[in-house]
Amino acid sequence: MDKLMAQQQLSTRHLLGIKNLTREDIELIFHTAQSFKHIINRPVKKTPSLRDITIANLFFEHSTRTRISFELAEKRLSADVINFSAASSSVKKGETLLDTVNNILSMKVDMVVIRHPAPGAPHFLARHINAHIINAGDGTHEHPTQALLDAFSIREKLGTLQGKRIAIFGDILHSRVALSNILCLRKLGAQVRVCGPPTLIPKHIDALGVEVSYDVRASLRWCDVANVLRIQLERQHIKYFPSLREYSQYFGIHKALLDELDKPILIMHPGPINRGVEITSDVADSEHSIILDQVENGVAIRMAVLYLLASHRRL
Amino acid sequence: MDEYRLDLTLSRLCHQLVEDYDRFQNACLIGLQPRGVHLSDRLYRRLQKITNNSVLPYGKLDFTFYRDDYRRRQLPIPAQPTMLDLQGGAHPIDGRHIILIDDVLYTGRTVAAALRTLYDYGRPARVALLTLIDRRFNRELPIQCDYVGMQVDALDEAYVRVLWEDDGLSGRVVLYANREAAMHAAQKG
Repeated sequence: MDKLMAQQQLSTRHLLGIKNLTREDIELIFHTAQSFKHIINRPVKKTPSLRDITIANLFFEHSTRTRISFELAEKRLSADVINFSAASSSVKKGETLLDTVNNILSMKVDMVVIRHPAPGAPHFLARHINAHIINAGDGTHEHPTQALLDAFSIREKLGTLQGKRIAIFGDILHSRVALSNILCLRKLGAQVRVCGPPTLIPKHIDALGVEVSYDVRASLRWCDVANVLRIQLERQHIKYFPSLREYSQYFGIHKALLDELDKPILIMHPGPINRGVEITSDVADSEHSIILDQVENGVAIRMAVLYLLASHRRL
Repeated sequence: MDEYRLDLTLSRLCHQLVEDYDRFQNACLIGLQPRGVHLSDRLYRRLQKITNNSVLPYGKLDFTFYRDDYRRRQLPIPAQPTMLDLQGGAHPIDGRHIILIDDVLYTGRTVAAALRTLYDYGRPARVALLTLIDRRFNRELPIQCDYVGMQVDALDEAYVRVLWEDDGLSGRVVLYANREAAMHAAQKG
């Protein structure tokens, strides 16, 4: 407790990636999210903290969970919210990212939540724009709030992350969730293993301090938590494996695999789930699954991030 | 204020509460995080003994997200847990007599924020305020105190701190010339 009191503010003005956060930052976010989780379970789920803040949600890529979760978090903090999705905007008419955002900012916006298919888009904005930037996913790079809520959910169930074994299954190559998760879990002292077909595991990933395995059964036996990722067909421009059916047979998590284990295990998935591909329905809906807890914690984590970033005075 | 005086004052406050609320059937003590809970914990334990009732309604309220100085002070104040799991279920404070407990009543802004927070939990029948120290000439809002441990008349820049001992029982109240002096003394231990 006293250690937490020492740090009251994040070391950064933007949330661009887990890479830019210290372990103390992450602990502070968790500590604050704990209080927000209490608040979103009250009859009145709002606090007036961000009454004077306007937030723009710029989504240049499709999203359900993340967008709704951010929007709810913003509204529960009493911020004013504007939503923007690329599909129905002037981006289609050829406007550049910087022009689009500068135009929105001249309408007096304080924070920008951005999802963009290009890795580094939030970093680019942070350099050129006087507003707090929050990365809600940039291409195949990072998705920091997802990693924070995943780690928060694990900590909630297991008490700590120190020394725990977390295995990430699936399409590691195209997954921003995987990279952010690895960075976050490593900073919190967990052991991390990635498991998937060799074509979907990036070369030199062991440089991040993770183990690599191609054996689902052995990895399930090894881990305390299995975080299962989706196959991102929209980012795969060549064939990485013969067919979804074959993938599901060799790398999908199904009930029989879990029944072989004689230990508790947590099953996570950042969504959207492709039922029957990376995970079967009976696993996704089983008592091991904390998928819906993840979604609930997502709102609390995002409230904490918004609240802590907004507490930085304006430059 | 030394330990002996503090002890007397705490027991007077408890008896005042018992006089007004008898068995606390429809009342509830609520300590304000972070400093007020030291006082409310002590009052709560004393009241349990006095009333011979070990299940007095008691909660702790954190109002960090309702402060009016958020984004105005250099550093935000870390949030503390709120514990309001009274028997009331989803509406723990509806129709109850609430006694808010804090250690020092100074500008009144803390209590105002606490009231705003409280209303998001329901509609209490009545709210009373108990503080150990009432700095009655330094108020910035029209807020008054119903149960007062001691009144302190001091300059605006003076700083009053209540120092509680770890044993959970004793403590003392110190008046510093200003905030810096208080911080300095705290660092020296």
